Amino acid sequence: MDIFGIPHQAFLGQLLLGLVNGAFYAMLSLGLAVIFGLLGIVNFAHGALYMLGAFTAWILFDQFGLNYWYALVLAPLIVGAAGVVIERLFLKHLYKLDPLYGLLLTFGLALILEGVFRELYGVSGQNYNVPEQLSGATNLGFMVLPNYRAWVVLVSLVVCLGTWYLIERTRLGAYLRAGTENAQLVQTFGVNVPMMVMLTYGAGAGLAGLAGVLAAPIIQVSPLMGSNLIIVVFAVVVIGGMGSILGSVVTGLGLGLIEGMTRVFYPEASSIVVFVIMVLVLMVRPSGLFGKEN
Amino acid sequence: MMHTKTLTRITYLALLALLLLAPTLGLYPVFVMKLLCFALFACAFNLLLGFTGLLSFGHAAFFGSAAYVTGWFVKSQGWTPELAILAGGVAAGLIGLVVGLVAIRRQGIYFAMITLAIAQMIYFVCLQASFTGGEDGLQGVPRGNLFGLISLQSDTTLYYFVAAVFVLSFLAIGRVVNSPFGQVLKMIRENEPRAVSLGYQVDRYKLLAFVLSAALAGVAGSLKTIVMGFATLTDVHWSMSGEVILMTLLGGVGTFFGPVFGAGIVISLQNLLADKVGSWVTVIIGVIFVLCVLTFRKGVVGELQAFRERRRRAAL
Repeated sequence: MDIFGIPHQAFLGQLLLGLVNGAFYAMLSLGLAVIFGLLGIVNFAHGALYMLGAFTAWILFDQFGLNYWYALVLAPLIVGAAGVVIERLFLKHLYKLDPLYGLLLTFGLALILEGVFRELYGVSGQNYNVPEQLSGATNLGFMVLPNYRAWVVLVSLVVCLGTWYLIERTRLGAYLRAGTENAQLVQTFGVNVPMMVMLTYGAGAGLAGLAGVLAAPIIQVSPLMGSNLIIVVFAVVVIGGMGSILGSVVTGLGLGLIEGMTRVFYPEASSIVVFVIMVLVLMVRPSGLFGKEN
Repeated sequence: MMHTKTLTRITYLALLALLLLAPTLGLYPVFVMKLLCFALFACAFNLLLGFTGLLSFGHAAFFGSAAYVTGWFVKSQGWTPELAILAGGVAAGLIGLVVGLVAIRRQGIYFAMITLAIAQMIYFVCLQASFTGGEDGLQGVPRGNLFGLISLQSDTTLYYFVAAVFVLSFLAIGRVVNSPFGQVLKMIRENEPRAVSLGYQVDRYKLLAFVLSAALAGVAGSLKTIVMGFATLTDVHWSMSGEVILMTLLGGVGTFFGPVFGAGIVISLQNLLADKVGSWVTVIIGVIFVLCVLTFRKGVVGELQAFRERRRRAAL
């Protein structure tokens, strides 16, 4: 059976790969949107934190013999803690300034993290094995589904929906949303806003760290893995608009799929298709697909 | 106390003299030329960030594509350097026109992200296109003969050519900033809604500023190809966009000499450290970024000006 003259196994394989990439776009753009909402900072270090998550998983195994399942819990916590430190040391001094300074400072942080890991581990990637419970593949009849990839998509969907639920349907989320609208007012109602801001950045960083752990067995763990991804994620954020959580999830997954399909039909364009779509969206709807223009 | 204008004039003359005498002072000419290329790049960038208030995170796209265009015209078409540099500047200006049309549809932080994303797209195009030489880049670009007559083979001759292009471009930027057009740009920087309400077509002004800045960044990239003899992917990479931001920020956003100073510091640092510390250069650049943003937002020249201003006020 062929789809548009392409063997359907190859087609579905690329589509799945696209969905996996889309899952990473979704998780990272979600974290960016949450951080931007409350802190007003576009976190350029998000890619570096994702890289930090993958490296933490690798180091946990390499140095301490802790397997994937430990890493899945520990690495996001460690990266989240790093996020809290970053917020306390640097970002909290910037809240009254132009948001551009936040972008520049986090860019500097990204360079520092990347440079340190490049010095320590070189540019070539480190291998991280797929956990044995998730290795192998399942034959679905119409395609062979690699278990680990299905797991990544599943986890990211659960995490994204969980974040959506937390922010849109719980009391804590209501505080967060209120803080996004008017932090001072929320403060006068007795909510510890600085603490909330700190933990939000920590949570966003932890989310990036989790994405890093999930990515570690699929791609080579390398110091440069974050910086190339973050630029695509920026484009995803511009396309989706940072206004809506479900919007960024849908945009992320959708763009991953489109990228996967491009890889089937016109591989040369697969690295730029997201940027092309960004340009097109800006022409038609400058505020993004789900964005609110202020 | 000396009048500010006189002081500025003396500074200008001293720097011009330094520029003219540099080859006789025992400085390595290729280093000074490289420095001038990046200083011009930073000044072009500052035209946009400092005087219009637009942070482009994709200026490497203009610098780098012009570097490639110039390299290709000189190497494959046998053009003379001045024509090839002109071609590079024009190409960068045209790319700037297209990028600008898209990017000015959003403001602030989105503008930065959009320019970064489009620049990354241009990076991938340069990586895959045939005329750029892919991973290897264009190597061994000859310096050629200026106007087909004067050989640029000697470092000293090339130096004075580069210095002339730099001074002319620098003066051009000064002319733009102090023109009525430049005043409108500054108004847009300070208060865009006000400019709109006064009836200015803000988008047109922003676009023109963007194109000018891109074209001048292109001239800087082209000049760099002639000086160094190569154009590579480094020139179009996002880290180059980051470096030019750092140079401008470190020297002083929105000051005339700031970017030149900033470029001087960054390039000297890279030169000094490159063979000694390897990847730590990236870390050091990152640290400078962080320190600049936290403690030093006006930059070297900006802080000096603020200091002088305070002293002047105190003296009154």
